[in-house]
Amino acid sequence: MTQLALVIDLNVCVGCHACVTSCKQWNTSGSAGPLTDDKPYGADPSGTFFNRVQTFEVGSFPNTQTVHFPKSCLHCEDPPCVPVCPTGASYKRAEDGIVLVDYDKCIGCKYCSWACPYGAREFDEDRKVMTKCTLCVDRVTDQSLPEDRRKPACVLACPASARLFGDVHDPDSEVSVAIRERGGYALMPEWNTRPSNHYLPRQRTAMTIRPDDLVRADNPLKIDGQQPELPQLGAPGSEDYAT
Amino acid sequence: MKPAFSVIFLTTLIGAAQGLFLLLVGSQALGLAHTEFLILGGVVCLVLAALGLFASFFHLGHPERAWRAATMWRTSWLSREVIALPVFMGSVLCWTASLAMGWPGAAVWALLGALACVVLFLCTAMIYASLKFLQEWASAYTLVNYVLLGCASGATLAAALAALRQAELAPPYVLIAITLTVAGAVSRSLSLRRNARLRPRSTLQTAIGIRHPHIVQIATGFLGGSFNTREFFHGQPQAVMVLARNGFLVLAFALPLLLLALSISYPMLLPVAFVVQYLGLLLERWFFFAQSSHPQNLYYQRSA
Repeated sequence: MTQLALVIDLNVCVGCHACVTSCKQWNTSGSAGPLTDDKPYGADPSGTFFNRVQTFEVGSFPNTQTVHFPKSCLHCEDPPCVPVCPTGASYKRAEDGIVLVDYDKCIGCKYCSWACPYGAREFDEDRKVMTKCTLCVDRVTDQSLPEDRRKPACVLACPASARLFGDVHDPDSEVSVAIRERGGYALMPEWNTRPSNHYLPRQRTAMTIRPDDLVRADNPLKIDGQQPELPQLGAPGSEDYAT
Repeated sequence: MKPAFSVIFLTTLIGAAQGLFLLLVGSQALGLAHTEFLILGGVVCLVLAALGLFASFFHLGHPERAWRAATMWRTSWLSREVIALPVFMGSVLCWTASLAMGWPGAAVWALLGALACVVLFLCTAMIYASLKFLQEWASAYTLVNYVLLGCASGATLAAALAALRQAELAPPYVLIAITLTVAGAVSRSLSLRRNARLRPRSTLQTAIGIRHPHIVQIATGFLGGSFNTREFFHGQPQAVMVLARNGFLVLAFALPLLLLALSISYPMLLPVAFVVQYLGLLLERWFFFAQSSHPQNLYYQRSA
């Protein structure tokens, strides 16, 4: 069974919102209809988005980290929004696990949005139906696209490669390896929704620099001894003991 | 959550209709009520339920597709309610018509209507109680309160109707209404106490998966509002919440109990008692929605 999902690397995300705008652009232009905006240039603009990037400050000054947190539908393996839908408009695709809304069946009762603990669903006030991230189902299944372009718009747009896309049920996929080896975690595990999307945690990046790393002990330009700042010319450096 | 007035009117109106119908059917079974009184009660039941159904359509973005809501009854309590409500209304209609026209089968319709009534209570309450992460709702109190408050207002209404049409039924109905109102007050107070002691299972730490005791939201990702900032916040200051809670405790329980007790001497207070209790239940339902805090609100603590 395939379960397509995103893995978002919080260590890399710089909060540029490229995923937000590319998502909006792709999905508002698609066959499933526009993501409408209300008063986009007015005093109180509002609109429908499938993807948001939020920013949190972790820690207390001066020991703080700014965490940019992209947030979209997590395509849960056990999505609480699906069984509550009275019309069957909200469903999870059997073939790839994408959770979708059939806009022609949705009656706009908003019950599914109440049933999603993540607030991933947004009601489109103009079309009067519930909308949500489709994982760009029209892109990822489009056989006319070159294979490396069959990815969600947000993944292709991310300049930092913070977003990975793939099958989390395939143990050898890029996303499964990233989850397994880099401590990928799910949001709000307490509700057993088993989100398919995972997040890779922040990591402390440490680097050890020895004095001879800075001067390249075997630099042939200095072999004539003309560079007096290198006192032990020709003596073994750290690289000579590397193995 | 932001209270939706369509749902507030739906749940309170059909609750009163259901309570009234159960009492009418009980009185019929015991042979206490005149047919004329039962017919009047049946018509009132139908009017209330129809008003509730009418109000519910305002909750929908696409009311013309409402018929589709009956399809997913295997998994959705909302879908089950969508089936149970017309079955209830249809049974009440047939029951009332059978009594009015002298057709046979009134007992069958009474039984079916009572069954649909019980199922409808269950469905309405489970719509809220089944959302496990809305911890204020995910409790047996939700079901008990919907049943007791619906039956209490229905009994008060029955007593008011009896005062107008069949006075000898008013005292027993008043007694039943007092009992149910007291039971409702106790159960609702217990649920208020439970909700006041709730500890949210989701925190900002589990919401974004960062295990640090000090996390502050800097930006929600947009400058204006969104569905997420409108639908899940009631937007009222704490003082309004306290006022609403105290208000419904007085209007739905204390004042109706006083009026019901006084009605022994002044039966014409009974319609007033129903109106006051109904207004109190509107406030109670508003508070029921407003008090529940959705875990998605953790992602929208700061608008910037």
